[in-house]
Parts: sequence; C-alpha cells; structure tokens
Amino acid sequence: MVTTIIRNFIRFIILILVQVLIIKNIELGRFVNPFLYILFIIALPFETPKWLLLLSGFLLGITIDMFYNTMGMHAAATVFMAYIRPSILNLFSPREGYEFGTQPTIQYLGVPWFLSYSAILIVLHHFILFYLEVFRFSEFFPTLIRIIVSSVSTLVLVVLSQYLFQSKKEVE
Amino acid sequence: MRNLFLFFWKNYFLFLFLLLESLCVYLLVQNNNFQRASFINSSSAVSANILSATHDVNQYFLLKDANEKLLKENAELRSKTKESFSLILNSHQTVSDTTFHQKYTYTSAKVVNNSTNMRNNYLTLDKGSNQGIKNNMAVITSSGVVGQVKDVSANFCTVMSLLNSKTTISSKIKKDGSYGPLMWDADDNFGTATLHDIPTHVRLITGDTVVTSAYSTTFPENIMVGTVESFVKKSGEFFYTVKVKLSTDFKKLSYVYIVENIMKDEQEELEKISEPDKKSK
Repeated sequence: MVTTIIRNFIRFIILILVQVLIIKNIELGRFVNPFLYILFIIALPFETPKWLLLLSGFLLGITIDMFYNTMGMHAAATVFMAYIRPSILNLFSPREGYEFGTQPTIQYLGVPWFLSYSAILIVLHHFILFYLEVFRFSEFFPTLIRIIVSSVSTLVLVVLSQYLFQSKKEVE
Repeated sequence: MRNLFLFFWKNYFLFLFLLLESLCVYLLVQNNNFQRASFINSSSAVSANILSATHDVNQYFLLKDANEKLLKENAELRSKTKESFSLILNSHQTVSDTTFHQKYTYTSAKVVNNSTNMRNNYLTLDKGSNQGIKNNMAVITSSGVVGQVKDVSANFCTVMSLLNSKTTISSKIKKDGSYGPLMWDADDNFGTATLHDIPTHVRLITGDTVVTSAYSTTFPENIMVGTVESFVKKSGEFFYTVKVKLSTDFKKLSYVYIVENIMKDEQEELEKISEPDKKSK
C-alpha cells in the first residue's frame, strides 16, 4: 500500500518534469501538442479512493498550469478526466471485475483494452483543454483537427512509455 | 436535515467534482480579466526558478547566435552615434537643442520561458517591478516587435506574445502610412500574422515593410513588424486582409528590450478627459 503511494508520487513528479522540461520544448508545429502527463491519471490503481482521484487530478493540472501560464485550463481538463475515469472503467470492465492489486496497464489487461480505455480518456481531456484554450466557437474546426492530431500523439507516447515500464516490471 | 447530509454523503463524488471544476473555471475566468491570481503563474518563485535554471543551460547552445546579433546591433548603434553624422545646418536644427526630450526608455531582459505552439503564447522575462517594469509596457528585439508585458512580480514578468489570440497591435504600411490592427488569426503559424482593414486604394506590393503606427501609447512608432507576404480582398469588403511575414524569429528569442513610454500616463489621462465630450455630442 505504502509502496504504491510512493511509486505514484514519484511517477507524478517524473511525469511533470518530463512534460515541462522536455515535451514542452519539442516543437512539432501548431497542431501537435502531446500531453504525456495525463498518463498519471490513466495509470492510477483501480482501488484509488474517488476523492483522492479528483484531488490528485486537480493537483496535477494546477502544477502543469503553473508552468504553462494557463491558470485553471489544464486543471479543469484533468479534474473532468478524473471524474469520468470510474465510468469508463465500468464500461470496459471484464465480466468478473478487475482483479485486486492490478493496475490499468498493458501488462495486466492487454493492448486492445488499454488502447480503447486510454484513447477515450485522452480525447476527452484534450477536447476540454483545447476548447477552453480557444474559448470561442468561430475556430471550431481548426481546433478539432488540433484535438485529433494531439490526441494521437499523446496516445503514441503513452503506449510507448508503457512498454518502457514493462521491462522494469519483469525485473521486480 | 439528516437526509440532506445523507444525500450529500452519497453523492460526494459528484459534488467534489463540481466544486473543483468550478474552482478551475473561476481561476480561468479571473485569468482572462487581466487580474490573474499572480501567485500561481510562472512569475511565481518555484516555477520561475526552475525555468530560469534550465534556461541557463539552454543558453549555452544559443550563445553563438546571440553574439552575432549583439555584434550586428552594436554596429547599427555605432552608425547612429553623433560621430557618424555630418551636421546639416538648417533653421529647425539650430533651435532644436531644448526641444527634444526623452520619451522612451529601454531595459534589456533575458527570456527565461517561451512558447510558440499554443493558441495563446506567453513569455517570461527576468525583469520585474524591482527593475521598474510595469504592465502594458512594450517588448521588442533588434529585429522587431515581440509583445506586451502582462503580469509583473518582484523579479520576473510575463509577456503576452504577438502570437496570442488576444494581441492587437496598431500597425501601418511604411511607405504610405495607411494603418490597421495586426492580429494573430487562427490560420497563422509562428512566422506570420494578419493585418486587417487596409483600404483598397493602397497599392500594395509583396515585400512592403510593415511597422508599428504612432496611434498606440505602448509601442514607439516605426518599430519593424514584418513584410507583406500576400494580400486578398474578400468579395463585398472594401479592405485588404494582409498576411504579414514577421521579422522576429519567435523560436530563437533570448534577449529582448522592454520599452517604457514616459508620457503614456499623461496622454491617456488627457484622452480620458476628452472622452465624455465625445459621448455627449
């Protein structure tokens, strides 16, 4: 239990540093903005209490906001994502429910399950984030393209990072 | 009463969500009102210090470019010194000694954070209220316009970049002075901006110079903005919409100048006095 908390805390800090110091500085054009940091919410254990889910979502978002100068924008998107996560998990749950002690990752539940689960969360997060950033309807379609392209890039990064962690899992 | 508490307790997930989300929206709306919660943006101590430390590392890779730019600028300034001018006597210049007074002062600053790929981009500079920076001051480089100071903390300030949907800069075509608002529209990338409302009788050519106009109290006149890349007249409109190729390379900003207009307050106060008259007519 305690190790889970420590591991998630370290993951929180590493993901924020990676997002702010590395990904933020990679320029892929105006349409592509990957946000790897939301992997933190995707990969939280199943038995995380709901209030902790929302609070950690809020903390994560507000920390990213500090670095991006976008007060409240990322926080709103991550809080919404944390709120919708239990429903998405229910939607995709296996018949006998999730095994205790497992995590929502590729190693435990396979590629197709993980892809559909994380894709929905990522698209919802990006949808809220980008429309809050633009804050007007006149740029609806250019923003939609940005959402789709950025979601795909985030998904690729999330899946890649899953494979990086897998080798570590086998060592343990 | 007990039922009410039970109701809240059963649905605490939803209510906590609504509470946090409305807090986010509150922060967001406040942010748009120009009065941001200044303690949680990148002017704040923690994030600004981390960013400035990483910037110090990045700085080394840009030293060559920065040096070349400084050399070029030195040369330009030297060519403007008194020694490099010959005196031409005419009736105006003989009495001009006391008629000129300083209107703008310049402070140099280092860029410690910058973005170009958002819809609303901001920069963070390492000068703040301790160095006399106030909000709404202009920010330029030797190659052109950069943006406007937005929030100021003790030693840092954030700048609303030209690459921001809320930026509007009054600009003009240099050769004949017709002016219009310069904005960063949805279809612009980090190298272009759009100049609106240029009347169609102006004979535009691709490559015409665009500079800041004198109608802004923030920017000095004739600061380079860019060159005309293309222009179209939409059917039914009497104005050209001009795509401007920006002269500032926003991806390579490392040192900038913050410009203070000393007479800004005086001008704005005067204009405020005249405004009620305008409305009563």
